[in-house]
Amino acid sequence: MSKLTFARAINAGLRKSLENDPKVVLMGEDIGALGGVFRVTDGLQKDFGKHRVVDTPLAESAIIGTAVGLAYRGYRPVCEIQFDGFIYPAFDQIVSQVAKMHYRTQGRVNMPITIRVPFGGGIGSPEHHSESPEAYFTHTSGLRVISVSNPQDAYTMIQQAIASDDPVLYFEPKRRYHDKGEVDEAADLSTALSMEKARVVAAGSDVTLVTYGPLVKTASDAAMAAADEGVSVEVIDLRSLAPIDFPVVEASVRKTGRLVITHEAGQSGGLGAEIAASVTERCFNYLESAPVRITGFDIPYPYSKLEMHHLPDLDRILDGVDRALGRANSLSGLEG
Amino acid sequence: MLTDEPGQDAYKASNPGISAASPRRTGGDLVQLISPEGERISHPEFDLWVSDVTDEQLCSLYEDMLVIRRIDAEATALQRQGELALWPPLLGQEASQIGAGRALRDDDFVFPSYRDNGVAYCRGVEPTDLVRAWRGNALSGWDPYRYNIATQQIIIGSQSLHATGYAMGIQNDGADSVAVALFGDGATSEGDVSEAMVFAASFQVPVVFICQNNHWAISEPVRIQSHIQIADRASGFGIPAIRVDGNDVLAVLAVTRIALDRARKGGGPTFIEAVTYRMGPHTTADDPTRYRDANELEDWAAKDPIARLKALLLTKGLLTEEVEAQAQAKADEVARKLRAGVINMPDPAPLDLFKHVYSTPNSWIERQRDHYSRYLESFNGSTQEGAL
Ligand SMILES: Cc1ncc(C[n+]2csc(CCOP(=O)(O)OP(=O)(O)O)c2C)c(N)n1
Ligand SMILES: [Mg+2]
Repeated sequence: MSKLTFARAINAGLRKSLENDPKVVLMGEDIGALGGVFRVTDGLQKDFGKHRVVDTPLAESAIIGTAVGLAYRGYRPVCEIQFDGFIYPAFDQIVSQVAKMHYRTQGRVNMPITIRVPFGGGIGSPEHHSESPEAYFTHTSGLRVISVSNPQDAYTMIQQAIASDDPVLYFEPKRRYHDKGEVDEAADLSTALSMEKARVVAAGSDVTLVTYGPLVKTASDAAMAAADEGVSVEVIDLRSLAPIDFPVVEASVRKTGRLVITHEAGQSGGLGAEIAASVTERCFNYLESAPVRITGFDIPYPYSKLEMHHLPDLDRILDGVDRALGRANSLSGLEG
Repeated sequence: MLTDEPGQDAYKASNPGISAASPRRTGGDLVQLISPEGERISHPEFDLWVSDVTDEQLCSLYEDMLVIRRIDAEATALQRQGELALWPPLLGQEASQIGAGRALRDDDFVFPSYRDNGVAYCRGVEPTDLVRAWRGNALSGWDPYRYNIATQQIIIGSQSLHATGYAMGIQNDGADSVAVALFGDGATSEGDVSEAMVFAASFQVPVVFICQNNHWAISEPVRIQSHIQIADRASGFGIPAIRVDGNDVLAVLAVTRIALDRARKGGGPTFIEAVTYRMGPHTTADDPTRYRDANELEDWAAKDPIARLKALLLTKGLLTEEVEAQAQAKADEVARKLRAGVINMPDPAPLDLFKHVYSTPNSWIERQRDHYSRYLESFNGSTQEGAL
C-alpha cells in the first residue's frame, strides 16, 4: 500500500499498462516532456520513449482518428483529451468510428481505445475547462463510459479500461487530482472489482444517493452531515456510467424507497434522467416518493465566479434528501 | 492615423511581394524592416507600404508596445496576487500584435485568440474589459460590435472559420472591409484552420489569416506541428503567404497592409506568418522550465521587439526624454486604471447564471431559476413553508 494522489495513481496505472503490454501507446497534447497539464503522464515519455508516449500535433480529431488506425493495426491507444471542452473536435471520430467499428465489422475489428478525459468543474478555470460531457457518450451505443472517484479505483480502472477490447471513455474528476488515498499497487486486476460494477460507499437505510466521479466525495460528506440529523443515507458510486450497474441501485432503492441522484452535468437529458426512469420502471412499487435530481443547471458552464452556485454542493444535496424524505425543503409547497 | 489607407506610394507598387495569379511567398525570406539591433533595413517593395508613417507615428507605435507590455505585466501581477484566475501573457509578441492591430480600419472585423490582448487594445477595448473573463466575472469582456473584434476564442483554431464566414458576408454585401483571424502556430494543426483555408480560397473571400508563430504550443515546439515553415502550408491551399519578422513592428504593419489591401480589392485571402517568440509561460499556470531551454529565451531576448524600435528611435534622435517620459506615463496610467478596475469590479449576482442562455424566454431555464431563487431564499431565516 502506498499513499498516492489521484493523479499519481493514474500515472502508476498507466505505467503498469505500458510495462505489461508493448502494444499500449499513449497519445495526447503536452503529455511528453511536460507530463500533461495535470502531470498525470509525468515521467512516462522519459521511461518509455517518444514512440510509446507521443506528443501529438494539436488536433483532437486526429488523435482519435489515428488511434482508430492504430487499433486496426493491433495497438491499444490511450488518448488524452487535455480538457473536457476540447473533446468536441474529436466527436465525429468517437461517435461515428470508435463506437461503431465493432458492430459495423460484425466483430472482426476491435477498438480497444481508452480516451482519458479530465472533466468537471470547481477549479476556477476559464470557459471550456470545466464541462461534464459524459451524457453525449453514454447516449452513444458501442462506448463504455466510466468515471473514477478515488485513487485506488483510478489505479485499477485505468488498467481495466486499457485491457478492455471495447472502447472506454475514462472520466477523471480534475478537481480531485490532488486528493490522496491508499493505493494497493500490487492489486490483482483479475480479482479487483470490475469496472462495470457500482459500489456502495456508505451504507444507509432512509435514502439512496447515487452519484459518480467528483461528487462521490461531496455525497459522502452530505451523508455524514445527514447522519448528524438522524437521517441514514446510502451513497452509491456508479463507477460505470454505461452500462449502469442497476442491480446495485435497485437493491438499495428497494431498501430505502427513496432516490436522489446528483451530478455536475446539466439536468435535462442527463444521466439522472436515465437513472430515475430506469429505477421507476424496475422498482415502482418500492418507491415512497418521486426520484429527485440535484444537478448543474441547464446552462453553458458559467464563469468561475459563479461556478459554486452551479455545482451541486453539500447543502443542495441535503435539500434534495429532505425533498425525497418529504421534510421541509426549499421547494416545500410547490407542486411538481 | 495609422489605420488610414497607406500612402500613395503603396498603390504604385504593382506586386508587393505576393501575387494572386501564382500564389507563392517571398522565398524563405523573412520580411524585416528593422534589424534586431535597431537599424532600418530598406526594401524596395515593403518600404512603399510604410512610407507614410511619420516620425510621430513611429513614436506612437513604441508607446503602444510599451503600454501593452505594461498591461500584460500588470495582469500577470494581478493573477499572482489572486485578483485574476489566470492570464495568458503576450510578452515578446507586442510587435506582431501592435503592427497588425494598427494596420486595421475601423470597419474591419477581428477574430482573436485568448492571447491577442494587444490587438484588442488597438481596437479600443478598455484594459479592465481585457481581463474581465480572466477574473472569472464573465465569459467575455466586451461587445464585439462596439469595437469590431469578436471575443477571445479558447477553442484552438475555431475562429479561423468564423473570420472566413464573416468575410463571405462582406463579399456578399459588396463591402470593402476585411475579416482577420488571429491564431497560433499550434492552431494550424487543427482541422478547423485547414477547412477555413479551403473555404477562403474556394470563395476568394476578403480574409487575412495572421498566425503568430511564437514557437510553442504550451510545451510543444513548433516542429511537432510542422516540418515545413508554417507559411508554406498556405500555398497548398492556393493562398498566398508571407513570412514576416514578428518582432519588427514596421514590417508587420507593412505586410498586414499589403494583405488587407489585396483583400479589399477582391484579391482574396492572404496568410501571414509572424515569426515571434512567447517569452513568458503559456499561462500563469504553466511552468516552462519543464520543457524549454533557457538559452532559447536568451537568444530571443536579444531580438526584443520594443528594444529594437527604441534603438531605431534613439538613432533617429526621435526618442527624446520627453517622448519616453510621456510613453511611460501613459503605461503607468493605464496600469493604474487596470488595477483599480479589477479591484473594484463587482461580483456577479448568483441569478445572473441564468441570463442570456437564450434570446427568448425558455421554460426549462425559468423553472430552474425559480427553484434556485427559492433555494437561496431558504437560507434567509424565514420559515420555509411561510416564505412560499
Ligand atoms: C481544441 C483545443 N484543444 C486544446 C486546447 C488546449 N490548449 C490551449 S492553448 C494550446 C496551445 C496553443 O498553441 P498555439 O496555437 O501555438 O497558440 P499560443 O498559445 O502559442 O498563442 C492548447 C493545446 C484548446 N484550448 N483547444
Ligand atoms: Mg504558439
